[in-house]
Amino acid sequence: MRWLTENDIEHIAVGAAVLGTGGGGDPFIGKMMALGAIDKHGPVKVINIDELKDDDFVLPVSGMGAPSVLVEKIPSFDQLVNPLKAYEEAIGKKVTVIMPIEVGGVNSLIPVAVAAMTGLPILDGDAMGRAFPEAQMVSFHLDGLKPELVTMADEQGNHVTIRPVNGLWSEKLSRQVTVAMGGSTIVSDYGVDGKQAKKSVIPNTLTLAQKIGELLEKRTEAVHPIEKMLQLLKGRLLFKGKAQLIKRGIQGGFTRGEAHFTGMDDDEHSECILYFQNEHLIAKRDGRPIALTPDLIAVLDEETGMPITTEGLRYGARVIIVAFPAHEKWRTPIGIETAGPRYFKYDVDYVPLEQLHEEELS
Amino acid sequence: MIRLGIDVGGTNTDGVLMDESYRVITSMKTPTTDDVFTGIQTIIQQFASHPAVNLEDIQVATLGTTHCTNAIVERKQLNRVGVIRLSLPSGTTIPPFLGWPNDLVEALQPEIALIHGGYEYNGEPISHIRHEELDHVIEQMRGKVESIAVCGVFSPVLQDQEKYVVEYLQRAFPNMPISMSSEIGSVGLIERENATILNAALMTTIRQVSQGFRRALKEAGIEAAIYLGQNDGTLMTGDYAEQYPIFTIACGPTNSIRGAAHLSNVDNAIVVDIGGTTTDIGVLVNSFPRQTSLAVEVGGVRTNYRMPDIYAIGFGGGTCVTQQNESWKVGPESVGYCLMQEAISFGGETLTATDVALAVGELEIEGADCSRITEPVHDIYPLFTQLVAEAVDRMKTSATPIPVILVGGGAALMPTVLEGASEVIRPAHASVANAVGAALGDISGTVEKVYALENITHEDALQQAKEEAIEQAVEAGAERSKIEVIELEDYPLAYMPGNAILVKVKVAGPLAL
Repeated sequence: MRWLTENDIEHIAVGAAVLGTGGGGDPFIGKMMALGAIDKHGPVKVINIDELKDDDFVLPVSGMGAPSVLVEKIPSFDQLVNPLKAYEEAIGKKVTVIMPIEVGGVNSLIPVAVAAMTGLPILDGDAMGRAFPEAQMVSFHLDGLKPELVTMADEQGNHVTIRPVNGLWSEKLSRQVTVAMGGSTIVSDYGVDGKQAKKSVIPNTLTLAQKIGELLEKRTEAVHPIEKMLQLLKGRLLFKGKAQLIKRGIQGGFTRGEAHFTGMDDDEHSECILYFQNEHLIAKRDGRPIALTPDLIAVLDEETGMPITTEGLRYGARVIIVAFPAHEKWRTPIGIETAGPRYFKYDVDYVPLEQLHEEELS
Repeated sequence: MIRLGIDVGGTNTDGVLMDESYRVITSMKTPTTDDVFTGIQTIIQQFASHPAVNLEDIQVATLGTTHCTNAIVERKQLNRVGVIRLSLPSGTTIPPFLGWPNDLVEALQPEIALIHGGYEYNGEPISHIRHEELDHVIEQMRGKVESIAVCGVFSPVLQDQEKYVVEYLQRAFPNMPISMSSEIGSVGLIERENATILNAALMTTIRQVSQGFRRALKEAGIEAAIYLGQNDGTLMTGDYAEQYPIFTIACGPTNSIRGAAHLSNVDNAIVVDIGGTTTDIGVLVNSFPRQTSLAVEVGGVRTNYRMPDIYAIGFGGGTCVTQQNESWKVGPESVGYCLMQEAISFGGETLTATDVALAVGELEIEGADCSRITEPVHDIYPLFTQLVAEAVDRMKTSATPIPVILVGGGAALMPTVLEGASEVIRPAHASVANAVGAALGDISGTVEKVYALENITHEDALQQAKEEAIEQAVEAGAERSKIEVIELEDYPLAYMPGNAILVKVKVAGPLAL
């Protein structure tokens, strides 16, 4: 158990942007909500999964919708806690622990604000270990759980309770409700007891985000922060280059596109293409895949190591592209079926990052 | 017709007079004074007594100044601000001023009100404005604030509520300056609100600047229309600037990039501005500076405010060169404006970049004597070009060589060949490029707006944004028939079915005289 300081929250915001793999929304607004709520309601306690009791009731909270709406129509305090209240009412149980469903991007810190308001502890872990665009792309789904209940709220005081038959319907219905609510909602789903949480939650990811943030902040030492980040996350340096062509288009509400990079230094004479759908999903070097979803692909500023989002990427940016292995739950057949390249309609089979890297070297 | 341009920098205040074909008639540099104005006055008086200049011919006077930046950074002379956010029931989790430095908030003594209002992304109201709330806010602010900032949710999509509230407030406070967020920033409520608050806080400062500038000109017998430089490289009229002081922040680097473009007659290039302590490297795209896409902090406050993309390195004419073990270290320490006292070639004891350039014969300065320099200058000088070449390469968008324009007081330090440069241009009057940039007369209009494509076609949305930007430029003083589109970009809004796009457009045209 530990208390989150303002500094911790600053660091989590930076690390969450790295784990956001180009998408997930700018953690800035989540950070501000967390700081605002702590300012008003007091500090937040973090517990790790070993501290969970079997009969704890753990509820994920997240924002759903367009980050570009969230940065304008900022949630109200009532909106933050209404999904939790609706969930408790529908299930007849009190929530004892809050958790993030998605550590990558803005959803890393929205639940911290809810924890401050309710006085409940927040769990050090999430259900993705990164950012993904759709509601069923969570470890609970991989473990065969269904989101039996989804509660959603807007700033007007409306709240909606959905009882979907499975994760895909949950995504379909909640997305439509989000549009009706003006493009941004607060959502709770996959409420689980402590025993299940211990099995399904990807542990220590808030702390991981915080450590990444700390590495990037302390940049005075001799070792480049990206080197240290690669060690911490067992990652691979994929490519060093300059952004050239960036193509973006909208498909079904998602920004789908590709970014082309020409190589520098050791990668001179090579080209790298990143394919993204909000998040980076595939990296190819001279036509060969070098990293594939669900493994994490991040684009970092060459000098500072700070993450660059698909929206923030500009022609001429000098970047280092890195990849980190996804949590083992994502590397199972159901993990690959849920969030592998073919789910996103790319005609390539998943191969783990380490294997691709070795093939590339030989 | 003659144009007078002045640029106030951290070290020097530079001035230039240009004829109607934009050729430099005369220029001068004087140290920037603590009160800023004395330096400006010195230049105006000097120019007024120039034998080749007829005072009546000076019709346009432009000023690029650091007054507003200084006021924010030093927390000096800021107005007490009333902040009205139109957002309820949304927005309560992040109140205005969250994350601001405490001393800045104390300097503003703000009165804050969140009231019902704001729009959804598609322009439907979140809430309607309530008169009783407005009346209550008026009573809350009466006698307590000197300036008001109004910021509504999604006002870049639809301004109507903000406009209505501003008019309502103007009836209650006829002489109060009121800043409206949709005219100041783009999508991102917190950043736009922050920029609007800073704008409101600078009202007294900007009035002193524009009135002081007018007075200084008048005292010298110059009857010219006055303009202030903005950070996007264009000008606004004195009256317009009095409503939008925030746009004057960081106009310095922009002015030197624009000045470099003009002096060299090149539209696309890397501009290297070498000063006494630092070198700023910017990129010229279609004769305007490339803007940064990152969030910009002003005085410790996050804004989404337009800023040129500048890469700065610690290298300039006063940069100290020291020996470390077997190798030589260049900067970042600098003797700055004391170059003429401390550099070896001028009788001092410090080896500076200027000494090295003199000793290798790249530079000639009257009265300099480098006979006391014993260091291996031919080994050291390549370190300078290497530093600058690396920084230039960082800012380039492709490996193709591109022209490099050298400006600033230290421009002469660099050789005429640089790795990665198709040519190195060191134009005449390079040392006052920033004042030249200030004197150039383009006026811009910028629009950033979200369009829901259910109600309008993609093409019509772009066209509408363009027309709005043109109207804005005309209102700010541009000649309608010569306005051109400088930038036109659109971004899809992610994670939303039902296509919505954010359109950014910038137009610019010469002053209508």
